[in-house]
Amino acid sequence: MTDTGIGAAVRRKEDHRFLTGRGTYTDDINRPGQTYAHILRSPHAHARIKSIDVSAAAKASGVVAVFTGADMAADGVGGLPCGWQIHSKDGSPMAEPAHPPLVTDKVCHVGDQVAVIIAESRTQAKDAAEKINVDYEELPAVIDMTAAIKDGSPLTHDDVAANICYDWHLGEKEPVDEGFAKAKHVAKIDIVNNRLIANAIEPRVAIGDYDPSSGEYTLYTTSQNPHVIRLLMGAFVLQIPEHKLRVVAPDVGGGFGSKIYHYAEEAILTWAAGKVKRPIKWTAERSESFISDCHGRDHVTHAELALDGDGKFLALRVSTLANMGAYLSTFAPCIPTYLHGTLLAGVYTTPAIYVEVKAVFTNTVPVDAYRGAGRPEASYLLERLVDRAAREMGLDPADIRRKNFIPADAFPYQTPVALQYDSGDYTATFDAAIKIADVDGFAARKAAAGKAGKLRGLGYSTYVEACGIAPSAVAGALGARAGLYESAEVRVHPTGSVTVFAGSHSHGQGHETTFAQLVSDSLGIPFENVDVVHGDTGKVQFGMGTYGSRSLAVGGEAIMKALGKVIDKATKIAAHVLETSEADIEFKDGQFTVAGTDKSMAFGDVALTAYVPHNFPHETLEPGLDESAFYDPANFTFPAGCHICEVEVDPETGVVEVIDFTAVDDVGRVINPMIVEGQVQGGVAQGIGQALLEECVYDESGQLVTGSYMDYTMPRASNLPNITVANETTLCAHNSLGVKGCGEVGAIGSPPAVINAVVDALSDFGVTDIAMPATPEKVWRAIQSAQAAG
Amino acid sequence: MPTVSMKVNGVDVSGDVEARTLLVQFLRETLDMTGTHVGCDTSQCGACCVLMNGDSVKSCSVLAVQAEGAEITTIEGLANGDELHPMQDAFRQNHGLQCGFCTPGMVISAIDLVSKNPKPTEKEVREWLEGNLCRCTGYHNIVKAIQAGAQAMGG
Ligand code: FES
Ligand code: FES
Repeated sequence: MTDTGIGAAVRRKEDHRFLTGRGTYTDDINRPGQTYAHILRSPHAHARIKSIDVSAAAKASGVVAVFTGADMAADGVGGLPCGWQIHSKDGSPMAEPAHPPLVTDKVCHVGDQVAVIIAESRTQAKDAAEKINVDYEELPAVIDMTAAIKDGSPLTHDDVAANICYDWHLGEKEPVDEGFAKAKHVAKIDIVNNRLIANAIEPRVAIGDYDPSSGEYTLYTTSQNPHVIRLLMGAFVLQIPEHKLRVVAPDVGGGFGSKIYHYAEEAILTWAAGKVKRPIKWTAERSESFISDCHGRDHVTHAELALDGDGKFLALRVSTLANMGAYLSTFAPCIPTYLHGTLLAGVYTTPAIYVEVKAVFTNTVPVDAYRGAGRPEASYLLERLVDRAAREMGLDPADIRRKNFIPADAFPYQTPVALQYDSGDYTATFDAAIKIADVDGFAARKAAAGKAGKLRGLGYSTYVEACGIAPSAVAGALGARAGLYESAEVRVHPTGSVTVFAGSHSHGQGHETTFAQLVSDSLGIPFENVDVVHGDTGKVQFGMGTYGSRSLAVGGEAIMKALGKVIDKATKIAAHVLETSEADIEFKDGQFTVAGTDKSMAFGDVALTAYVPHNFPHETLEPGLDESAFYDPANFTFPAGCHICEVEVDPETGVVEVIDFTAVDDVGRVINPMIVEGQVQGGVAQGIGQALLEECVYDESGQLVTGSYMDYTMPRASNLPNITVANETTLCAHNSLGVKGCGEVGAIGSPPAVINAVVDALSDFGVTDIAMPATPEKVWRAIQSAQAAG
Repeated sequence: MPTVSMKVNGVDVSGDVEARTLLVQFLRETLDMTGTHVGCDTSQCGACCVLMNGDSVKSCSVLAVQAEGAEITTIEGLANGDELHPMQDAFRQNHGLQCGFCTPGMVISAIDLVSKNPKPTEKEVREWLEGNLCRCTGYHNIVKAIQAGAQAMGG
């Protein structure tokens, strides 16, 4: 290993610009002649628009234009498309209500887009918005999923019966019924996976720009996947062909899923820029983010686990309601199905599993992927259920897990819910975590805490997840309307430096560093001589973007494939110059050597020769050294691990303090351990946030109660512990690097560990359940009612 | 429109502002110094922190006119040429940033902390960061970076 190659904790390339205030985030960009947009949003959860009068606003000072849904519709602008189609049990396709960027006749959630005001300044646009007169006829709103699917419930969309988007299932019912018939014990759980808001610290921003001389549109946007936005918006919404539409996602201040989707504002601004022939900028205010960024999670689940007398799992039955919100966001339908139902085997040998999921429309902001997307919901219900079974059967929660792990020699392992795990060693991560967390010393720590009047609890979670959603053929069969490969170009310059054009997008993950490590390692050139370009459809050939922890396992592999082509071509050139056959050339540490001789050529010399091909045999050898590749993986990757959380509860106040958190993850080969550790810590912080602090709450009328940082509890430094991270590695069996992905493991593994720890702490009182987020009030009430019950 | 004058990163600047113009708008929009960020509208996130006469303030909660005559230091004013300020370097060495959006506020706030408490304990750092949100790092490495930065600053 070199000090900048694979496995080295290289300090990040991107940091210097971020640390000196020289990042370029979308809001830092200003275009000549720029105007500003304000979006008028619905104050109602559900209302018919009887009329909109924009005349006073249009005349207000500084206003350039005001547009409504009628203007967009008159221009033939389409609705926002959904990228995934799910079919119900009966084979019927999901309900897919229209999703106009600006509504025409009806608003379906607080925050729905009603009109756009474009003015010379932000304040003028905002002031003018107050002059728009919208005559709303309020309709009854439906917020709660259980109520939404009842007969006679108000309908979010007139054409969607019972508010049901789809009623999907996976697995064989019969073997599950047999498992339950044989069971010595059945553990049951009713569980809510609380609705969350991603809350990247950078709010969403969009700038639409139109160049009348070329007819080219440019959209600058805070996106995790600019090419996908170009495709969705260009082909489906605005009918602008790719060569006339450039999408730039520069430095992006965190995404966590919320910046994957094609949002209405992107289409509105791009379209409107063509109308007013001037650039237009829109910057979300945080309170606007709360009601317009997609939310995450929001599952209500009943699950049952059948066990034999020894605690061996026989069968699992799961029934989930998943909130879609008011419209289908880009990936929404696949989250509770193919990213949740398919993960319900977890790390266990459960032979029979049946899951059904009803996706439900409500008058709330659309719900889509948030860090982990479906997999945290799966791991949470499974790990809570396993703990409950252990408690009810008087088994040790560690023993019951061990007993049911898929053994390390059973890979590839076919689960009963479609996935085939390629590699893993769940006992290894478990043992390592138990050791690092000093589980042996827990009893003494608990006793000491007890003396201080505190309740100490320890919780486990063992999880597996599926990353790098793939391959395209499988994803297509499951309803994806896109391929899920990745693309990369490795451009070697004449003097041997390299620019990588990556289809992945970095918004905190440090791709500029990790990808440069791959290149430095493969080509044997200095790390400093490599730059990574991403986030601009005008520069990068194509890309599917970054989500689902796919950047290294899919995007990194695309780079490796392009690097392989570069090395092949360079080998040809070296063979020509060194007057030998390609087969005799060995490439190592940046040198092309004729095997068994001291004749060699450095990579840089080969690069120069490629661009100065004075005596190339042009029929067989092309000048230049610039290769691109598309990589479509053979399977998902399956990171897995064990998280252990230790908490102390103050029984007087109900306050839960996380004392220690240990995460041992198998993320496959680690390219940069510093970055991996940071990714896991960030994910764990979000998981602890979900478990103890965060919850998106609507009132009955559909007003968002938690609509600012004053009301939505974001984890702060003082809420969190130090997070100990370690890796136990098995290599991914189907990619060249052996990498699996690390972006989401923290958010997937941690919530059940925290709640299992809280329940453990409260178990002496007879408390068996606590809902997320385990706020002091909930914990205190649980203690009080357990005490009252005696 | 009132005119305001102040010293930003050692340079005298002035500009016409509306009475309601915030300091952060003056920095970002009038002076085109976009290193200072805006992450919220309720003074909660701290992405906008700058030093005003040596103390960190949330520049989204200060009117430009209130900064009349003040000495302002932003994230752009910390490094000495290419050489990072010890606190900036500590963030880099300790991977105290991911997306970088909260970072300017974190670094400014950290420098203010160290000026008041040269050797902060972990707990003191965590409590000091009450007004600074980071969604990426889980704070672990930010806390580490601030303690390392404090040491490098001579604490
Ligand atoms: S922008 Fe959030 S506190 Fe100033
Ligand atoms: S590094 Fe992204 S918010 Fe802190």
